[in-house]
Amino acid sequence: MATRTIVEAPVVERRKRLDETYIGEWLMTTDHKKIGVMYMLTGFFFFLAGGVEALLIRTQLAVPNGHVLSPEVYNQVFTMHGTTMIFLFVMPTLTGFGNFVVPLMIGARDMAFPRLNAFGYWMVLFAGIFLSSSFLLGQAPNGGWFNYAPLSELTSNCGNAVMCTPGLNEDFWLLGILLLGISSIAGSLNFVVTILKMRAPGMTINRMPLFTWMTLITAFLLLFAIPSLTAASVMELLDRHLGAHFFQFAAGGDPLLWQHLFWSFGHPEVYILILPAFGMISEVLPVFSRKPIFGYTFIAWSGVAIGFLSFTVWAHHMFAVGLPPIAQAFFATSTTLIAIPTAVKIFNWIATIALGKVSLKVPMLFACGFIAMFLIGGLDGAALAVVPFDYQVTDTYFVVSHLHYVLFGGTVFGIFAGFYYWFPKMSGKLMNERLGQIQFWLMLIGINLTFFSMHILGLLGMPRRVYTYPDNLGWNEINLLQTVGAFMLGLAIMVFFWNLITSLRSGLPAGDDPWDAYTLEWDTSSPPVHYNFLTIPTVRSRRPFYDMKNPDIADWKTATH
Amino acid sequence: MRMPIFRRMKHRGAIIPIVLLSSLLFTACGGNSPTILNPTGPVAVQEANLFWFILAVATLVFVVVEAVLIWSIIRYRERPNTPAPRQIHGNNTIEIIWTVAPSLFLFAVLTGTIYTMFNLTNISSTNGSIPEIRVAAVGHQWWWEFDYPNQHVNNADTLYLPQGSVVHMDLQSSNVIHSFWVPSITGKTDVIPGHLNQKIFRADQVGEYHGQCAEYCGTQHAHMYFNVIVLDTNAFNAWVSNEQQSARTPTDALALQGQKIFTGSGGCTGCHGIVGVNLNSFDAAKTNSGLSATALVGPNMTHFAERRFIAGGVLIASEGHNWANEPACQLVNGKLANKDNCGLYQWLHDPQAVKPGNDMVISSLSDSQIYALIAYLQSLK
Repeated sequence: MATRTIVEAPVVERRKRLDETYIGEWLMTTDHKKIGVMYMLTGFFFFLAGGVEALLIRTQLAVPNGHVLSPEVYNQVFTMHGTTMIFLFVMPTLTGFGNFVVPLMIGARDMAFPRLNAFGYWMVLFAGIFLSSSFLLGQAPNGGWFNYAPLSELTSNCGNAVMCTPGLNEDFWLLGILLLGISSIAGSLNFVVTILKMRAPGMTINRMPLFTWMTLITAFLLLFAIPSLTAASVMELLDRHLGAHFFQFAAGGDPLLWQHLFWSFGHPEVYILILPAFGMISEVLPVFSRKPIFGYTFIAWSGVAIGFLSFTVWAHHMFAVGLPPIAQAFFATSTTLIAIPTAVKIFNWIATIALGKVSLKVPMLFACGFIAMFLIGGLDGAALAVVPFDYQVTDTYFVVSHLHYVLFGGTVFGIFAGFYYWFPKMSGKLMNERLGQIQFWLMLIGINLTFFSMHILGLLGMPRRVYTYPDNLGWNEINLLQTVGAFMLGLAIMVFFWNLITSLRSGLPAGDDPWDAYTLEWDTSSPPVHYNFLTIPTVRSRRPFYDMKNPDIADWKTATH
Repeated sequence: MRMPIFRRMKHRGAIIPIVLLSSLLFTACGGNSPTILNPTGPVAVQEANLFWFILAVATLVFVVVEAVLIWSIIRYRERPNTPAPRQIHGNNTIEIIWTVAPSLFLFAVLTGTIYTMFNLTNISSTNGSIPEIRVAAVGHQWWWEFDYPNQHVNNADTLYLPQGSVVHMDLQSSNVIHSFWVPSITGKTDVIPGHLNQKIFRADQVGEYHGQCAEYCGTQHAHMYFNVIVLDTNAFNAWVSNEQQSARTPTDALALQGQKIFTGSGGCTGCHGIVGVNLNSFDAAKTNSGLSATALVGPNMTHFAERRFIAGGVLIASEGHNWANEPACQLVNGKLANKDNCGLYQWLHDPQAVKPGNDMVISSLSDSQIYALIAYLQSLK
């Protein structure tokens, strides 16, 4: 019998693999929560960039005959302001919310295709850096965010103009948009499959949280809208570099083709930007009113109706191009129709607040601000469907006002409502209420100072996209007022970032369920563990977490759905 | 924590109306504005009337909905010992009511929209004896050319119209998309290469109106203004018959020297035309390549002296003057007393500094050459 000496095995000092380091964990993650957070941080970064561009615009326009920016630079800045805010702030941020929240809400452990998800994120970051790097070359896109041909075409028959947008400007735009389109398609496919296939047992389509509903509709809109933009972008690249002439009238092409292709993407895009915010509001309002959403089915299906109708209204951006009257009548009608489901949503939100027990925490403040401001954007939007009136105000500051009430008063207020609401879940910390209130009031006043007066400016005849204006047309005071309002908005955003940083560092611990909420994401730790749920919960109503916390009066016992 | 929010909450209702009202006050500042709310002519009047209609409807909806929203927030805010509210999930009757109600409002608006749209250009001249007039507006980067095919007149930057006459305007562009807009007289129609858009409108009051390009058309989109001068029939006819004349040959020595520079060393004729000097007729001067083989880059200068605008309104002669009698541009002993105050001088001295990116790229002219050119241009009445 030989005896065996047990020698202690030498400790192997192994270097950490990349995905085990803190940075590497983020770089290589396929976790929907981390990807969601990265989407949001990227979105907020570009929010700052787009905000700086907005303030540059307002500084240039503060007084008549301003000399802060040259006309070339101004045109690049306003183009990049729109492009950045839409494609690099709002879309990534909303995708970030969807990524973080939707799998948790539906009781899934991750998205259906985690690696595709990571691919989509890195694509956005790359496209964002690519687009912004154009400033380093002094050749940022300068064709406006809707990039109308033939102005945006290198080879266009510019007649006699010396300045005919030569240079790489539009190539940056077209290629950046193509990259972002790839990311959007990947992301929306992932959402569709995740939402349709990975819901917890018992969570029927009719029990999905409304944010999930709106994310699903948005994903479908993206799948059907992006191809049109992709096609248009490729066609213009062919025009610019390979001698095609899709948009060249002299060679038998048609400049209006670009507009039809662009807006048949562009109008669904408007709803892509607002529907997820509708969803967030529909989550925040019930929790802070302490009662379920009023008219769940109507909110969900009015979203579907908006989704379908959004593909039938694109030419209301083109009332001035000389379409036949009967076509204009059609698009005026479809635009009028789409206002109905939107109105239904607003009424249901107010009915959710009414008869409730309203707790005006910061998420709720922003949600209420959303309704109040989005209503203005909806009303002046309906006014723009009044075709003969539209002949007067299209391409003026009236439209700038409308779109900012919808996208700033609507989407951005929605994003802040959602961010203040879900931040405790993401970080385990509470944000500072007082700073949040200051931010809210600064924003509410700032937005109305800046954008309400733009209605008036449009009625007074000031066209949009002009780098300066003469001093004798009665536009001076209003422009100055708008610049003051814009800087107030800038201050509000600074307050937000200050709040974000200090709360991350030293915010009060949030606990798992700080708002006594209703949906499944709050049934996890804050922040949630990698696998989200130890056991996948079973769902019996639209408010599964409410049911768990209130077994005696659970919705599935008292409500019929 | 709750009380301060609540105190501010009460003010919340006040903020929006205050902002609304204070903004409305600014309309008072817009005295000289090219506002759509001070229309002249049937097209702009109908457009403005629709605005007042939709403003009334929207204000009603706005006030009611915001009031209910704010009332709900205040009335149902959480107070100490508020019991848990009833868990109401919805009510189909109410849903139907508030689906139908906005539909009624919206269809009222839609009816007004479509009715007005189909009747907008259904207009005739104010007086049977006033003939209709046809004008072509050609969008350049970045100025407007106005061509009167039946009168054989061609002009830039200023659109002359007879009062009370139905205008049929052909909108043409051979470069990028522009948009024709005179807020007081008519809304916009885009000027699109390869599309023969038409505009029909009527100007009812004598006066001067502000017009501009409304579609982003490149670097100097901001400087694509024009002015519209509406004249009564007699004055308009007088303008036309003067306009049809070839350029007068100047008598003044300095102006003659200017003409030599124009046709010779200045190189002006590379882009500009003057009927009777380097052009045979106004039809030859049409710069739109779609219309004429003799495409010119710059405006026809035959009657330059009557103009108030240069290059899309980047420089405008002072109120009530044109470039011939502009006080700052009066030559004394062949010189300008204060040359930098004279827009015409600034333009000829360095057009790229005045309007960066425009097509007028010239070699620099000496002051004496510029004075001679000014004298010549001022003689082109």
